[in-house]
Amino acid sequence: MTATAERRAEQDDPTGTDPAAGAFLSLDGVHKAYPTPTGSLDVLAGVDLMLERGRSVALTGESGSGKSTLLHLIAGLDTVDAGRIVLDGADIAAMREPERAEMRRASLGIVFQQFNLIPSLTIADNLSFQARLADRYDAYWCEQLAVRLGLSAALDRYPEQLSGGQQQRLAIGRALAARPSLLLADEPTGNLDETTADAVMALALELVAETGCAFLMVTHSTALAERLDRRVHLRGGRLTARPTPA
Amino acid sequence: MSAGAPPVAPILQALFSHWRRHPVQLIALVVGLAVATALWSGVQALNAEARASYDAAAEQVGGGVARLVPTDGRTLDQADWVALRRAGWPVSPLVEGDVTLSGETLRLTGLEPLSLPQMTGLDLGGGPGSDQTTGGDGDGGGFAAFVLPPFQTLAAPETLRRLSLRAGDRPVLQDGARLPPLVSAPGIGAGVLVVDVGVAQRALGLEDRLTALALSPDGRPREALATVTGPRLKRVEPERPGDLDRLTRSFHMNLTAFGLLSFTVGLFIVHAAIGLAFEQRRGMFRTLRATGVSARRLSLALMAEILVLATASGALGLVGGYLVAAALLPDVAASLGGLYGAEVPGALALRPSWFLAGLAMAILGALVAAGQSLWRAATMPVLASAMPEAWAASQRRWLRRQGLLAAGVVALGLMLHAFGGALFGGLVAGFGMLAAMVIAAALMLPVVLSVALFFAETQARPGLMRWFWADGRQQLSGLSLALMALLLALAVNVGVGTMVGSFRLTFTTWLEDRLAADAYFRASDARQADAILAALESDPGVARVLPNWRTETRVEGWPTEVYGFADDPLYRGRWPLLDTVDAPWDLIAAGEGLLVSEQMAYRLDLAPGQRLTVPGALGDWTGTIAGIYADYGNPKGQIRVDVDRLSALFPDVERLAFGLLTVEGERARVVDMLATRFGLGPDQLRDQAGIRALSLSIFDRTFVVTAALNTLTLGVAGIALLTSLVTLSGLRLPQLAPVWAVGLTRRSLGIMELWRMMALALATAVLALPLGLGIAWLLVAVINVEAFGWRLPLHLFPADWARLAALAVLVAALATLQPMARLMRMAPARLIAVFAAAR
Repeated sequence: MTATAERRAEQDDPTGTDPAAGAFLSLDGVHKAYPTPTGSLDVLAGVDLMLERGRSVALTGESGSGKSTLLHLIAGLDTVDAGRIVLDGADIAAMREPERAEMRRASLGIVFQQFNLIPSLTIADNLSFQARLADRYDAYWCEQLAVRLGLSAALDRYPEQLSGGQQQRLAIGRALAARPSLLLADEPTGNLDETTADAVMALALELVAETGCAFLMVTHSTALAERLDRRVHLRGGRLTARPTPA
Repeated sequence: MSAGAPPVAPILQALFSHWRRHPVQLIALVVGLAVATALWSGVQALNAEARASYDAAAEQVGGGVARLVPTDGRTLDQADWVALRRAGWPVSPLVEGDVTLSGETLRLTGLEPLSLPQMTGLDLGGGPGSDQTTGGDGDGGGFAAFVLPPFQTLAAPETLRRLSLRAGDRPVLQDGARLPPLVSAPGIGAGVLVVDVGVAQRALGLEDRLTALALSPDGRPREALATVTGPRLKRVEPERPGDLDRLTRSFHMNLTAFGLLSFTVGLFIVHAAIGLAFEQRRGMFRTLRATGVSARRLSLALMAEILVLATASGALGLVGGYLVAAALLPDVAASLGGLYGAEVPGALALRPSWFLAGLAMAILGALVAAGQSLWRAATMPVLASAMPEAWAASQRRWLRRQGLLAAGVVALGLMLHAFGGALFGGLVAGFGMLAAMVIAAALMLPVVLSVALFFAETQARPGLMRWFWADGRQQLSGLSLALMALLLALAVNVGVGTMVGSFRLTFTTWLEDRLAADAYFRASDARQADAILAALESDPGVARVLPNWRTETRVEGWPTEVYGFADDPLYRGRWPLLDTVDAPWDLIAAGEGLLVSEQMAYRLDLAPGQRLTVPGALGDWTGTIAGIYADYGNPKGQIRVDVDRLSALFPDVERLAFGLLTVEGERARVVDMLATRFGLGPDQLRDQAGIRALSLSIFDRTFVVTAALNTLTLGVAGIALLTSLVTLSGLRLPQLAPVWAVGLTRRSLGIMELWRMMALALATAVLALPLGLGIAWLLVAVINVEAFGWRLPLHLFPADWARLAALAVLVAALATLQPMARLMRMAPARLIAVFAAAR
């Protein structure tokens, strides 16, 4: 099968199931509801998804469709109501909080739309923070990241002294410094202008490819989504292969 | 359409909606202001009660006017009164003595109201022939009822309450004598019973005898005193009105300073709560401005909001203040009684002035605490800045401003040190310096902590530990006020603790030396004294009997006790002298020298070797100051001369008091003999241990109030810390959420919050130590000297410091528990909300 045909086939199957490849991340019938004053709101109503190492998937959907919720569940920041999320063979839904925290430290890198850097730490300390936390600090790699991210001249500064693009590059660097197995990004370029967003995204994809991690990105941008291996759309609490007219 | 100002109700509704949404902040504000008001108004209630009792004492029957008293210190014949009246002397008879009623010793004053109303504060209502009521509550029946059978006994309502007696009761004295029916009379001093002179004579067993004659300043006697009564009577000037006030002023100033400190610490809480509310409502203010509310209108609405909250919290605080004062009053009364002989009633009266002043203080305090926020609201631009203020830059600017302010306050303190004494008096300048030192240190605290945290941050391994310290530095601006409050409370604890501890140690040693004799006794009269001396002379168990005679005079206007003592090896060996000339005891024994108490030497700027003139009964005498001695706890000046010199100066001095030295093992027997054979009561005969125990108990009770206020201030600092942490916990989510997201559990974050807070509290306690020692030095070397006239050696108590540091850490840990538990139990959704732009 050619690469294009392979991609087409994956896009037709929203779960991305490839029996030939072992799934690094798999979601099986994930449900999540939130209580509201008028009753329970089913945000996710049976989401299935698979993602292999070294592959990337864009998660699109309308505002309020549950994209971020799904990302938070995968990150172990929130817990599922029903279903399974298996990362590298371990069911996140069955983990207790300390185990989920350890999983985040060891295996995940997360990039948020609001950057969420640590304002009291310098750029250098922010960059290496998670790597040190995971006890996987690699000075050479951090240096390389700083150079690649264009931050090596600003290592002693604080996040607030950086531009929006620089801050997001730093957030990506922090997430990748520990060489995670899975990079999660929630609208990583949502706060950036188009040119900066393009540059940041290009750099992110380059680094993702270098580290060989899986990459799941929540985005509104069709253009950005197109740059990833696969694209799934969240609508009515379920994944579809591509957006359908409302 | 009207172009007038928008209605204020919707603005207030919007402002108050914040408090509905943030009840914890509202509680912090109310509690802070209520506690601040409670401590301040509590202390003021204590002061007001004491001052009212001094005023009552000054206006008391027979007080405030000169008196004629017997020169032999005994009683005078009633016939002398009659003779003086006939000679045109405006005198009124007085009979005074102590009586025991319901186990309490009270002062029974007998007077003759025909002549007395013109010269004293007692108003029996209308004078002879009038049927107006007495100074009592209206149940008395007036002048006639007082002077005619069955007579009346006037007593303050407080005295009646204390004795569990009611108006109309006929009290029976311990010796069986029955007094006339009681009448409640608010004008009478506490612990005093006032009766007709004849009644007092019978009750005290002094038929046809008087103890003194009150002398009206009006009237022109036709004959000299000596011509009418011979040398039997002498004129004694009244205690100057305000003597008691002057003596106790420093005591009350200490209390006021403490009250003010507690109030200030409380205001830190208010400031933190209002500041936080301002920050959280910044958006609301902008919206209000954008919808047509002028800056002025917004400021007025904010002011109205503060006034409403301050009035409500102040009223609550006044209730607390009353309770604090009621709880502390018995100890304050005991201290004032023990130290100054001031009778302060043990129950609290509610005064409207106190209520209004307390409320005004609460409102003023709230406005001061809210000043910065009000100013920022008034000057805030309508449009939000496009660039939010950078944390690092604002932190630097804030610390620089704090540092500069601290430097300014230090300069002010130095100026006070240099010129304050001359401008405001030493005591006020001393307290001013104390305030400057404390405020400067509080302002410097965040600067010092920031440097310390930065140092820790640079030393820590990058990663979690570096974040731990860096985050602490970021938290500093939000916590600084609470930490300042903790610093103040701890420093004052160290300072006052060191002062009191040093004082107690010095006082105990001093008592050991000063109370050199085995026992002290005081005969009832000269005849009894002679009999006792004769008995002791023939007693083989008695080593020596040393005269300890005392009288009073005024040296350079200062009330001064003059003691006469014998030249004895006991004094030469043990009497504690602070400074002397060569061979001071020889100079005294020769009748040429005198010893001066430390406080008197300080007040009159006296030194050994100088000459001092002492006004005697028969003229002045000038002697050489042979030495200065410590005389802790005595508000009056005191000098000591050889007993023969005293007799020469005051021929009529009472020769009734003696110290007794016994042969080893004989003390108990001799003391027992004196008690049984001569009927000397416990107030006349005391052994050394008894006096020491009494003195120490007075000392300790004096500082009970200080200790209570110390503890309360520390408690307030704890509340300040708690409220700051609770209010900050919500604001800190953006700092904590990313760390949680990258793999730290909520539990770990909570525990780190606890450790960080304990570290900050420990650092604050360490910094409070030098400040506390500075406070102790100021108290001992400046304020005590100015207030009491004595200086103490400073002793250090490291064990107390360690205990206090542990307490500070404990307080911080307790204050962190709730926010920590909240963080540990926080729903992940709340942390996620920090990241989620959309769900």
